[in-house]
Amino acid sequence: MSRLTDAHVALAKEIIGRYPRPKSALVLLLHLAQEQDGYITRDAMVHIAELVGVTSAEVYGTATFYEMFKFEPVGKYVVNICGTMSCALMGSEELMHHAEQRLGIKAGGTTPDGMFTLEHAECQAACTEAPCLQVNYRYRYRLTPADLDALIDDLLANRLTHEIPPHGTVAKVRQHIPSHHGVGVVAPESVTEPPVWLNGKAAL
Amino acid sequence: MTSSYSHAPGFIAGDRPKIVTSRFEYADSYTIERFVATGGYEGLRAALSRPAQTVHDDVKSATVLGRGGAGFPAGIKWGLTPQGVWPRYLVVNGDESEPGTYKDRLLMERDPHQLIEGCLIACYAAGLSQCFLYIRGEMAVAQERVAEALNEAYAAGYVGKNILGSDFSVDIVLHWGAGAYVVGEETALIESLEGNRGMPRLKPPFFPAANGLYGQPTIVNNVETLANLPWLMTNGVDAYTSIGTKTSPGTRMVAVSGHVVRPGVYEIVNGTTTFRDLLYGEEFCGGIRNNNALKAFVPGGGSAPWFTADQLDLPFEGSQVGAAGSMLGSGAIMVMDETTDIPAAALTLTRFYAHESCGKCTPCREGGTWLERILSRVVDGKGTETDLAQLIEVGESICPGDFPHASNEALGLSAVPFPYKMTTICFVGPSAYVPVHSALTLFRSEFEARIIKRTMIKVTAVGVSS
Repeated sequence: MSRLTDAHVALAKEIIGRYPRPKSALVLLLHLAQEQDGYITRDAMVHIAELVGVTSAEVYGTATFYEMFKFEPVGKYVVNICGTMSCALMGSEELMHHAEQRLGIKAGGTTPDGMFTLEHAECQAACTEAPCLQVNYRYRYRLTPADLDALIDDLLANRLTHEIPPHGTVAKVRQHIPSHHGVGVVAPESVTEPPVWLNGKAAL
Repeated sequence: MTSSYSHAPGFIAGDRPKIVTSRFEYADSYTIERFVATGGYEGLRAALSRPAQTVHDDVKSATVLGRGGAGFPAGIKWGLTPQGVWPRYLVVNGDESEPGTYKDRLLMERDPHQLIEGCLIACYAAGLSQCFLYIRGEMAVAQERVAEALNEAYAAGYVGKNILGSDFSVDIVLHWGAGAYVVGEETALIESLEGNRGMPRLKPPFFPAANGLYGQPTIVNNVETLANLPWLMTNGVDAYTSIGTKTSPGTRMVAVSGHVVRPGVYEIVNGTTTFRDLLYGEEFCGGIRNNNALKAFVPGGGSAPWFTADQLDLPFEGSQVGAAGSMLGSGAIMVMDETTDIPAAALTLTRFYAHESCGKCTPCREGGTWLERILSRVVDGKGTETDLAQLIEVGESICPGDFPHASNEALGLSAVPFPYKMTTICFVGPSAYVPVHSALTLFRSEFEARIIKRTMIKVTAVGVSS
């Protein structure tokens, strides 16, 4: 149960500063909290509410809409096996069945050692590479049950830590707008004129 | 480099005109060095050297159609903003999640600078003051590539204050979601971007161009649509319209998945390439796997009514596919061969839409779930005759009246296009019924074969006398 660390508060403020309305940063701040703790804690939601200037109920309301946010601990690796049409046509049911057998859990469950959470996922935009899955949102394509076994072995042996961060981290690269290059945010109500480049002349 | 396949999974190049995938052959296509060395940001330079209105006019006269699903011309969309209301925003829809669709993720992962350049051209042409680039939450690598590209582009002076030394200034802010299909609907996307639950807004207004992000005029464009703009600016309207047809110029990225020999993403010439070319052509998918017969295919993403071999000779062109009772949607074809269990295949799609319903409209929230449960029962062999009628009844409460069908002069029928009538705000609800309707209409016997038959037992008399 933790609030955001000082480093994450600094990041949160930078993110909030990019939007004309602070609440727009909510989803990205929830990602930040999940990156810190592996799931979203109550304290983190209270803290985010303070940073954004909304009630914690509003934060909870937004957070619970989105499937990627977890409100209790999940495995270090969340394995999402796609089951929508293209993957189903190419054998994703067999893959899911195999994963359940191998991990000894049903879809939706977490292994007792806390390493894996298995989920049934919907279309992941890799339909030509069916059947596919994601481990912490990193793709694996055209998997056979044997490929899945090899993947689980690699994860257990920590052979993929360079590519796949623990659950919570999505993108490992952050946008950073240098203050001297950025335009900055202007409140919508303070703008009444068209942008200067719409003056009928070429900008260059 | 001959094979682009190894480092760009899904994409299959070919000897065809390339507008948006021209850099996919390079392993380092996503870096600013490769981008600039291959003509990158030249389209932006060309645009900025002309008055903004003329750039907007070019996009209009080139008929750049929206590549997200509805196929609405981008230049006209930009012009739907109310007079004298400022500021205006650009929101990029990179929330690709329609079943079968795989193209925007490739464009973001393989050529993020091309997308950034497209965003800048749109902001310049339409007078948009800030751009929010919304990427689907589950696409970690796309987010990383775009973040890196934006950092590079800011450092090089292509984005931000006084771009290329001109008086054009705009910020591009990277934003991403957290898992919700419905957020691909443009007003839901805006709700999500405002930090709310991603539920579609009540219409009218029908376009966020009138009232969108923070109540301001907002243009929402798809990734592939914007990725077309750099090429258009560099090569001109005539070059653009010389590819494809008059009503559908340029190219389209099409993902073909399912039971074909070479599933993949192809950039095809718009309007002229037929479904037969795509499914059977040697330069495309190379036929159905194991030389099996084609049973059915979904021509435009999970929401599109299904086609069979009868429609193979239709070109990949919006108005003709519309007249035949379906839509091109998001450029996604899913192919089913003769081995496919049709009711089970339809269930995977209906389950998707039932699961992704945001819950705002009752017909979708309740009806989608009903459709899933009833269909699931039928697939499991536990359905009855009344279940098939019930499926139709529930479906008609989500989208009443004529369902999309092909025009047929002999029968005096004019085509019913998608969208049709619906009792919901957005298309998630009707989309749950589309696979059920298509499968039941085309393959009713497969449903009937697995329902429980109750035979009438004739009772003559309870007892007999002596």
